[in-house]
Amino acid sequence: MFPSRFDLVVAQTVAEAVEAKVDAGEGGRFLAGGQSLIPMMKMRVAFPETLIDINRIGGLDAIERSNGHLQVGALVRHADVVASDSTFGAIAAAAPWVADPLVRNRGTMCGSVAHCDPEGDWNSVLLATGAEVIAHGPGGERSISIADFVDGAFTSTLGEDELVVGLRIPVPSGRSGGAYLKLERKIGDYATVAVASHLELDDSGGISTAGLALTSVNPINTKVADAEALLVGQQPSDELFAEAAELAAAAAEPRDDVRGTAAWKRQVVRTYTKRGLAAAAQQAEGS
Amino acid sequence: MEVNITINGSEHASDVEPRTLLVDHIRRTVGLTGTHVGCDTTSCGACTVLMDGKPVKACTVLAAQADGSEVTTVEGLKGADGLHPVQQAFTDDHGLQCGFCTPGMMLVGASLIAENPDPSDDDVRWAISGNLCRCTGYINIVKAIRTAAARVAESSNGS
Repeated sequence: MFPSRFDLVVAQTVAEAVEAKVDAGEGGRFLAGGQSLIPMMKMRVAFPETLIDINRIGGLDAIERSNGHLQVGALVRHADVVASDSTFGAIAAAAPWVADPLVRNRGTMCGSVAHCDPEGDWNSVLLATGAEVIAHGPGGERSISIADFVDGAFTSTLGEDELVVGLRIPVPSGRSGGAYLKLERKIGDYATVAVASHLELDDSGGISTAGLALTSVNPINTKVADAEALLVGQQPSDELFAEAAELAAAAAEPRDDVRGTAAWKRQVVRTYTKRGLAAAAQQAEGS
Repeated sequence: MEVNITINGSEHASDVEPRTLLVDHIRRTVGLTGTHVGCDTTSCGACTVLMDGKPVKACTVLAAQADGSEVTTVEGLKGADGLHPVQQAFTDDHGLQCGFCTPGMMLVGASLIAENPDPSDDDVRWAISGNLCRCTGYINIVKAIRTAAARVAESSNGS
């Protein structure tokens, strides 16, 4: 299989890439790792007229902590996230479970975020930890909170000519922990169900910040805001996490498919929420 | 468009269509058919090559994206002094049945040993988790990669 014909623009700078996108109009697409886009083009699900390759742009491949944030450039591959010692909690937990080792060597975290596949892992993780997506367009740069960015299945609020150039993820200042529990049939398969959890504790051991988000059980990566609100201000306990798990299960609308029945998937959400929050709390207490 | 890719140490400059996939370029233009096309959907890893030392699925990389990079295919594993230790170990430990996945498995194995001289069974299984063997001969594949690692470690300790 091979894609339909397209023109390739190899951009050397962000400005050049954005300019090429403006010129290409609706038929233009940015190409980073290509681990979702190229398969879609081969299957003729996507058929851009112009591909704008951003892989040669300098300065976009760093993952580092700066000003209380984890900054991830547009060319940071999943494998770089796995190898990085700047990550924390749910981000560190999720990275090794994205796709498979070979795909992780090419695919980028920002590309995956921009792709907005509801079965993708990163957007759930970022909905739990909080993050800003840095977008560069013809009018300059702006940041979009991840909750506003993720708009639907394969749909974000990114402007037509904007390129995701990076992510800014707040690094918790106090005690914190996180988990990403993913059930998959085999390595490299989409999640049957996955749950991202993130907890920050105050000096008295109470929960000061909570993040909880679900993958593959709705048409969009889902932040479970009512469970987060329930957790904040409470002391971690199995009873509390069981209560949050009920809210998570209620927020999930999975479908029967080859990966399992809806009822079973909802039960996995319940179990993984309890386990994920307990693991996050344990990590936070030990930090 | 013009691309210049160093494949197994020799430069190959060619004019390719932007949509040419790296695996097709290697097989058809360069004529090295040891890199296989299996699923063609980024799942099986039969098309694995090393791109600047890292294993990637060549069915999901454009030839144009490999411009300026160093690619190693299974044909490039063999050195001046004979088979690569991974190749020798696959032979000795019966690490292949039909052989279709073998080039990819050996390249992943070689890349793993370069990074981790003493991989455990789990390390090997994790490393090859993006490569499928439809004969399901995983036990001997894992064994062969560990044998190769042990031999490499032994020869470097002895020297």
